[in-house]
Amino acid sequence: MDAIILQILNGLDKGSAYALIALGLTLIFGTLGVVNFAHGALFMIGAFCAVTFSKFLSISYTVIDETKTDFLGNPLKVDLTYVEAWFGQSVGGTILDWAVPLSILMAIPVMVIIGFIMERGLIKHFYARPHADQILVTFGLAIVLQEIIKYFYGANPIPTPAPDMFRGSFDFGALLGFDANTIIYPYWRLVYFLFAAVIISAVFAFLRFTTFGMVVRAGMADRETVGLLGIDIDKRFTLMFGIAAAVAGLAGVMYAPINSPNYHMGMDFLVLSFVVVVVGGMGSLPGAVLAGFLLGILESFASMNEVKSILPGIDQIIIYLVAIIILLTRPRGLMGRKGVMEE
Amino acid sequence: MSKTTFTRRGVLRTGAVAGAGVALPTIFTASSAAAFTNEPTGNTVTLGFNVPQTGPYADEGADELRAYKLAVEHLNGEGDGGMMNTFSSKALQGNGILGKKVEFVTGDTQTKSDAARASARSMIEKDGAIMVTGGSSSGVAIAVQGLCQEAGVIFMAGLTHSNDTTGKDKKANGFRHFFNAYMSGAALAPVLAARYGEDRKAYHLTADYTWGWTQEESIVAATEALGWETVNTVKTPLSATDFSSYIAPVMNSGADVLVLNHYGGNMVNSLTNAVQFGLKNKSVNGKNFEIVVPLYSRLMARGAGENVKGILGSTNWHWSLTDAGSKAFVKSFGEKYGFPPSQAAHTCYVQTLLYADAASRAGSFNPCAIGEALEGFEFDGLGNGKTLYRADDHQCFKDVLVVQGKENPQSEFDLLEVVEVTPAAQVTYPPDHPMFAGGSLGSCNPGS
Repeated sequence: MDAIILQILNGLDKGSAYALIALGLTLIFGTLGVVNFAHGALFMIGAFCAVTFSKFLSISYTVIDETKTDFLGNPLKVDLTYVEAWFGQSVGGTILDWAVPLSILMAIPVMVIIGFIMERGLIKHFYARPHADQILVTFGLAIVLQEIIKYFYGANPIPTPAPDMFRGSFDFGALLGFDANTIIYPYWRLVYFLFAAVIISAVFAFLRFTTFGMVVRAGMADRETVGLLGIDIDKRFTLMFGIAAAVAGLAGVMYAPINSPNYHMGMDFLVLSFVVVVVGGMGSLPGAVLAGFLLGILESFASMNEVKSILPGIDQIIIYLVAIIILLTRPRGLMGRKGVMEE
Repeated sequence: MSKTTFTRRGVLRTGAVAGAGVALPTIFTASSAAAFTNEPTGNTVTLGFNVPQTGPYADEGADELRAYKLAVEHLNGEGDGGMMNTFSSKALQGNGILGKKVEFVTGDTQTKSDAARASARSMIEKDGAIMVTGGSSSGVAIAVQGLCQEAGVIFMAGLTHSNDTTGKDKKANGFRHFFNAYMSGAALAPVLAARYGEDRKAYHLTADYTWGWTQEESIVAATEALGWETVNTVKTPLSATDFSSYIAPVMNSGADVLVLNHYGGNMVNSLTNAVQFGLKNKSVNGKNFEIVVPLYSRLMARGAGENVKGILGSTNWHWSLTDAGSKAFVKSFGEKYGFPPSQAAHTCYVQTLLYADAASRAGSFNPCAIGEALEGFEFDGLGNGKTLYRADDHQCFKDVLVVQGKENPQSEFDLLEVVEVTPAAQVTYPPDHPMFAGGSLGSCNPGS
């Protein structure tokens, strides 16, 4: 029982990342009709916003420490950060410690601008083209973005730790009446899950309760009629692309302490996120979120030793297996609307 | 009545397949009357450096390439000579190899076997490389070693740690200076038993490919021989990025040691996840829970940040060694590039010098003559103490370093500290050891 609870918890944070990426993908597909293969790269760029912001805060000046030597036997050069020099050891140290959450402030405008440039500069020209062309161009874009990041940051993962107070783990076992230390769950993963829940709710509330959101939803249902009413739907859809990019970026920022960011982390999530969108139903936002969590949890269960001893290798194919079953029995996905991608 | 349906496409396809089939055996033998493949005729000799320039191990590849460039400089008599000054063999004169200036070409393995074979083939066929070296994966090393055997050139392996490279997949034209999984186990197990006791229960997470399998087998054998029990061994896909669902079952398995047979990004992520789940601070069976990373790389340790602190593993070489060879190498590398070399850089530099030295001693570039000069060659002064290139399997036998993540690093390079230098005798095994059985060197192939 404790193992099952632990795997459900494990599935939640993985599911959170899937859900956030799939939500953005669905937003873009629902509004602009574009299958965006560069969405994983946006997730990766988000994580690198955290890396960049941490590096920016750590800009330092060099002091020579005569008492110590470096690897060549010369006096050791010690780097001291300006942040700590300006704000003092304790305040400066706290700012450095909180670099990842603080980088959200930088990530939102950066991601919206990147999304805006991507849509206006490239993807706009492919609206009238077949989906295959859109997939090719966005996939190419993803590779270009990935290589740019690798050029500047190298190929190895870069450690980007969470603030000190979230370093430990929470003992659910003791809370639920099991033995202590049987269900341990890292604090930061809990934070990630709560963060995802807030972002998802915010996007839904935005679309549900604002006039802007209402127009966008109307545009998703019938773009032509909204256009005939004199509303410039294109401008709103461009902004939605920016919002979708920001959602993926924020998912990436907060994911950085879970696994050290590297340049190909976006690709690792991209394919799975597409499966999530297809399982949830193309164009369905609640479907994307539901399928994200569902597949995250299923994937966790599939990597349990008890399951793997019955079905070896199931952990690697479970998501695709579920996708095949859903597509065979319910081709439009769990919550897909009739007519989407069925022409 | 039979009906024949010749179509233009069908005929073309059949023709292409037949053509390729006929051409295949002659790809490497179609050249002139030279005595061996790519016999240098001018006043230069070309070496092929086949390293990952793109893909997940690109940073290691970049460090390997830096070391190769440094080695070429030193061979050609430029720079301060580095380890040529401390090398026990004095055959190298700083005038290239056998008086021919050393030039090089590079290829990108992408850490994919097919891409690595293609780039090695191109360097041999188009650029006239007489030797191929490099790489940062055992899968790639084994693939390229096979190709070099067919092509009739020497392969000086780079970073490859699987037992199979000089075990069941060994080849007469292939040579490995780097240590292997068996040696890691043999060096690490006694230190583990001394530190953590002989009554331990280990749980292995293992990358699911040749290197992971042989490392798991080696560590299990070495630790069980000292009294440890192996609770479970779980294979994880190479593509895995989040290991939380593999680490969760460890907590309730009764194990008190987690062995991570992972490398590169896998190692960084699995170790980070294990620490996040509080394994380092956990207590099981009345003992502190311990994590072990049998193969360490400083470049990778950097990715895991603070999580490596206190964790034991093994490594082929470390820049903090104080022997004359290591110091000379760190000095010339550090002055040229501004940071200390990695173990990948070290093994690649050494392999280049060893090849050049063997050619000089043999007085020939013929791969068979060079192979003969390397077989049974004993040397010193290249950073690992007295070393033997064993004739039976073309594996180097030398001291192995047991290292630990440093608690108080002084710089970004100062991540590991050497806790024990395990003497070569303790990690030496007979050539017919079961973990290395199943293959044979065959005979050397000079090509042409």
